[in-house]
Amino acid sequence: MAIDKTDVLRAAHLARLGLNDEEASHYQDDLGRILAMVDQLQGLNTEGVAPLAHPLDATQRLRADEVTETDRREQFQRCAPAVEEGLYLVPRVVE
Amino acid sequence: MHDKTLTELAAGLEAGEFSSRELTQALLARIERLDGELNSLITVTPDQALEAADKADAARAKGDTARLNGLPLAIKDLFCTEGVRTTAGSRMLDNFIAPYDATVVEKLKAAGTVSLGKTNLDEFAMGSSNENSFYGPVKNPWDTNAVPGGSSGGSAAAVAAGLVPAAMGTDTGGSIRQPAAFCGITGLKPTYGRVSRYGIIAYASSLDQAGPMARTAEDCAHLLGAIAGHDLRDSTSVARGVPDYTEELNAPLTGLKIGLPKEYFGDGLDAGVEAAVREAVKVYESLGATVREVSLPHTHYAIPAYYVIAPAEASSNLSRYDGVRFGHRCDNPADLIDLYKRSRAEGFGEEVKRRILIGTHTLSEGFFDAYYKKAQQVRRLIRQDFLDAFEEVDVLMGPTSPTPAFDLGANKDPVSMYLQDIYTIAVNLAGIPGISVPAGFVGQRPAEGRPAEGRPAEGRPVGLQILGTHFAESRLLNVAHQFQQATDWHCRRPAIAEETR
Repeated sequence: MAIDKTDVLRAAHLARLGLNDEEASHYQDDLGRILAMVDQLQGLNTEGVAPLAHPLDATQRLRADEVTETDRREQFQRCAPAVEEGLYLVPRVVE
Repeated sequence: MHDKTLTELAAGLEAGEFSSRELTQALLARIERLDGELNSLITVTPDQALEAADKADAARAKGDTARLNGLPLAIKDLFCTEGVRTTAGSRMLDNFIAPYDATVVEKLKAAGTVSLGKTNLDEFAMGSSNENSFYGPVKNPWDTNAVPGGSSGGSAAAVAAGLVPAAMGTDTGGSIRQPAAFCGITGLKPTYGRVSRYGIIAYASSLDQAGPMARTAEDCAHLLGAIAGHDLRDSTSVARGVPDYTEELNAPLTGLKIGLPKEYFGDGLDAGVEAAVREAVKVYESLGATVREVSLPHTHYAIPAYYVIAPAEASSNLSRYDGVRFGHRCDNPADLIDLYKRSRAEGFGEEVKRRILIGTHTLSEGFFDAYYKKAQQVRRLIRQDFLDAFEEVDVLMGPTSPTPAFDLGANKDPVSMYLQDIYTIAVNLAGIPGISVPAGFVGQRPAEGRPAEGRPAEGRPVGLQILGTHFAESRLLNVAHQFQQATDWHCRRPAIAEETR
C-alpha cells in the first residue's frame, strides 16, 4: 500500500510529532520503501491463523487490589520540566 | 587485569590477589585513556563505582563469598539507574536522572557487582549499528572504521576493548547478539519473560528482553543466574524457578542434534562468514554432535512482520515523552499541542521519528487489520516454524549476521539496515533464547582511511548463533561453553585491548 503525504502528516499529528513540509516529504519517501518491504506479508495466506500477541501465550495476571507502592511524588517530579505545588505545569489550556 | 574473564577475576578476588577497589581503579583508568576513541560509554560513574567496590571489599572481609561480589561491569544506558543519568541514547532524556533502579540493576547491586557506567546505544535501542545515538557512534575495537553493531554497541565494544569484563544489553531484534558477533564477544538473549523488563526503557514490549554480554558463555551463565526470575513489577515476566545455569556447562555433547536452517545459508550471506560457521559446526561434529538440515519456511517474513509489530509498540511506548512529566521540553511553547509537537520533534532523532510514524500509520483507522493483525498472524507462523524444528533437533545453528561488521556510514538506507537483522529478528518474534559466540574472523578487505599503525588487520569477527526452545538457556550455555573449551576464538583480543599504556 502506497503512502501519500497526507498520511504522513496525519500520522505525525496523531503522534504529536512536529514535521515541516520538507521533513514530511523525506519521511514519505522512507515510509514508502518500508511499507513496500512490509507488503510482502500480503502474499502469505493467514486465513484461520490466530494473531500472536505474547510469545508464550501468557495472559495478564491479576493481583489483589491493594496499595503496594509508596508515595514518591516529590522524587518523581524532580525530573519534570516545570512543577508547582505538586502539579505539572503546562501552557494554559482553558482561558 | 583488564584481559581476564569474570570467572578469572572472581578467583583473583577470592585469592586476595587484588581488591575490588584496585580492580575498579585499574578499569576506570583504562576507560579514561581509551574510551575517547571508542565512545562506548555515555556516562562513567567513578564515585559510585568506588563506593560499591569498597562495600564489596568490606563484605568480602566479613566472609561474603557471593560469586559476583566486587566484580565490575557496565550497563546499557537503557536501564534506569537511581540517581544516575539514564539517556536511552536520546536528546529526549539527556537531562533524565532516573528516580529508581531497574530490577536487573537492583539484582546486580544485590549480588555485589560494581557498575562503572552506562554504555552507548542506538537511540531508544532502535538500530543495528550504534550510529543512531545522540551521543555519537561507537567505534568497533577491532577496526575503528567499522561499526560495533547495535543497538547494544557500547556494551559490546567496552567488553571487547577490555574496559569492562561484562556488560548488560537488551535485545529486541538482535541487539545483544549482533553487536556481540561484530565485536567478537559472547552475548545471550534469554527467553522472553525470563528477565524482568521493569525499569528498562521500553521499545517494543512484546519483544524486549535483557541479557548478559561477556567474554565467555561461562560468565554469561553466572550473570543470567543473577538477573533472571519472576518480578511482580513486570506482568510479562515468567513465574518459573531459576536454575543454576552453570550446572550443565560441562555436560558432554555426545548425541546433541544440531539443525542448520537452510534459509540461514542462502543469498546475501558473506562467503567468509559462511565458511567460519561451517567450520564451527565441524567442531561440534568432532565433539559427538550430529547435524542435519532443517527448514524455517517463514524466515523471510520475519523482517516485514517485525517492522510492523516493533514500530507499532514503539509508537505507543514513546507517547509518554510529552515534555510534561520528564525529559526534553521545547522553549516558549505557544500552547499545549505546540509543547507536545516541538518537544518531541526536538527530542527524538531521525530513526525514532521514522518508527513512530510507521507505527502510528499502521495502527491508525483503516490500516490496522492489513498491517498489525496480519503481522501478528505471521508471528504465530514464525514461532511455529521454530517449535516444529525443535521437535526434530536440540539446537539450531547458523550465522548471527549475514556479514561481519560493516563500515561506519555504509548503510544509509533504512531498509538495507533493517535487512542486516535477517537471522536474529525471528528469534524475538518467537520469544526463544539465542546466544552468539565468537567463531572466527573474516579477512580484512582494504578500506580507505583505515589507520594502519597500531591497529593490525586481524580482520573482523564472526559470530555463531545458537538457538534453543523456550527456557533452554542452560542447554545453550552448555553448547556454547563446550565450543569455547574446544576453540580459542573467544580468547582473541583486538590491539586496543592489549594496550597497557
